[in-house]
Amino acid sequence: MFVLDEVSYIYDKGGAYQSQALDRVSLTVGDGEFIGLIGHTGSGKSTLIQLMDALLKPDSGTIYYNGEDINGSSYDRRKLRSEVGLVFQYPEHQLFEESVFKDVCFGPKNLGLSQKEQELRAYRALELTGLSKECFYQSPFDLSGGQKRRAAIAGVLSMEPKVFILDEPTAGLDPKGRKEILNLIRDLREKTGMTVILVSHSMDDVADYADRIIAMDKGRVFLDGTPKEVFAHAEELAEAGLSVPEVTAIVRMIADRGLPVDTSVTTIPEARDEILRILGR
Amino acid sequence: MFRDMTLGQYYPAESVIHKLDPRVKLVATFVYILSLFFIGSVTGYLLAALFLLSVIALSRVPIGFMVRGLRAIVILMVVAALFNVFLTPGEVIFSWRMFSVTKEGCFIAAKMVVRLTLLIMGSSVMTLTTTPANLTDGLEKLLGPLRKIRVPVHEMAMMMSIALRFIPILVEETDRIMKAQIARGADFESGNLIRRAKSLIPLLIPLFVSAFRRANDLAMAMEARCYRGGAGRTKMKPLVYSRRDRIAYLILALYPALLVAIGYFHFR
Repeated sequence: MFVLDEVSYIYDKGGAYQSQALDRVSLTVGDGEFIGLIGHTGSGKSTLIQLMDALLKPDSGTIYYNGEDINGSSYDRRKLRSEVGLVFQYPEHQLFEESVFKDVCFGPKNLGLSQKEQELRAYRALELTGLSKECFYQSPFDLSGGQKRRAAIAGVLSMEPKVFILDEPTAGLDPKGRKEILNLIRDLREKTGMTVILVSHSMDDVADYADRIIAMDKGRVFLDGTPKEVFAHAEELAEAGLSVPEVTAIVRMIADRGLPVDTSVTTIPEARDEILRILGR
Repeated sequence: MFRDMTLGQYYPAESVIHKLDPRVKLVATFVYILSLFFIGSVTGYLLAALFLLSVIALSRVPIGFMVRGLRAIVILMVVAALFNVFLTPGEVIFSWRMFSVTKEGCFIAAKMVVRLTLLIMGSSVMTLTTTPANLTDGLEKLLGPLRKIRVPVHEMAMMMSIALRFIPILVEETDRIMKAQIARGADFESGNLIRRAKSLIPLLIPLFVSAFRRANDLAMAMEARCYRGGAGRTKMKPLVYSRRDRIAYLILALYPALLVAIGYFHFR
């Protein structure tokens, strides 16, 4: 679906803070994948996802979406943006309409859909996010933090994207809110079969939810594979300012004490089974 | 689109100009701007340009970066220059239908462009080489005597430093919200004037909301640290003139003196 070929991007080109944000990144994203994108602050994650929505233009290299160069002169970038939904960090800061419902209609309206279709899509998107119906016609500024986040996510979902990219959707939420948002994303993907790219700082979250993990450091992709493959490289991850999931760290500590555990576990259920196994139960 | 704004931005570098006391730079900028309005001859402007160029060279800020600040006023300059060229009465050197170009018009237009360029670049040097915090410190100290006639100098300086500090934050915020709305299919570029003005609503409302939120947070943070205005407030690093600053003042005094000496001032 997405093919990135040697994509480079220079931040603040010619300015005082010029730096290489992306350095010849090549990767492919297949249909229906759930990708966790991890990396230290400033590793290029946010730049990468903005390039994929044609909000930035690469300084060199090409990005193909379904075989077409998205920065080509005749390419319809609005259509790309309708198929690739991008939820920015703190998306609630983009809310502006007088009611949540109207705000969620903004995307479909920009797509040029009929009033009826706009409202249908907005309603569907709001229902999917699990926001209670009383909130639909309230001002978005009267909602709680978690509700605002849902409303903003619905604002992107209502465009019914095929690729759903989220930049730290759980930042600043409490543990309950985090779980709810992540479960929501997983359920959405199961229902619609969309491709999901989740940018996160939490190794536990990506290990729990993603099938594939891409780790970035200094503008380059340095690890790319299943959670098990990626989190087997604990030392390299530490060097890049990242880590392994908590349970992986615990299992590795157990292994260091000389017990024969399999250190490739990345989720709590796996760790539980593995520990029970070596205890012989 | 906002990257072109150089005015009010700091460029970090190690240079003599960066290390100067902000008061020196403020006075120098004031003197320089004032001098631009008195100069009336080509040689005078050459001297002013030379002075500015040597300061820029000393500051180690890339000249391209300085010139970028001019982009914002290019249209203003072009329009004003055109008006002057065509509408100044005088000796006609070229005419076409109802338009006529006069010699005097060309002179005035050229003078104005040079003046504006030097003026903008001159003030850019100050803001590019001085952090906003330093700048307001200097201003507060310079205007200190006004406190005797009950001018709230500290409060004004504080307001200015907050405003300056918020410029890059709000620019970044604008960029972010704009991208977020473009990702939702918003179009800020096409359509007629009314359409375009309307398309700014999804940008401006979140921007205002966020500015108020930030102002509120900042007020709270300042109160939490017991901020209560300028009365009895001391500085951790008070401004002290060093040898370097005295030399700078000396050079600064020489600049207008030189202009006067060669007699290029026109007191009108």
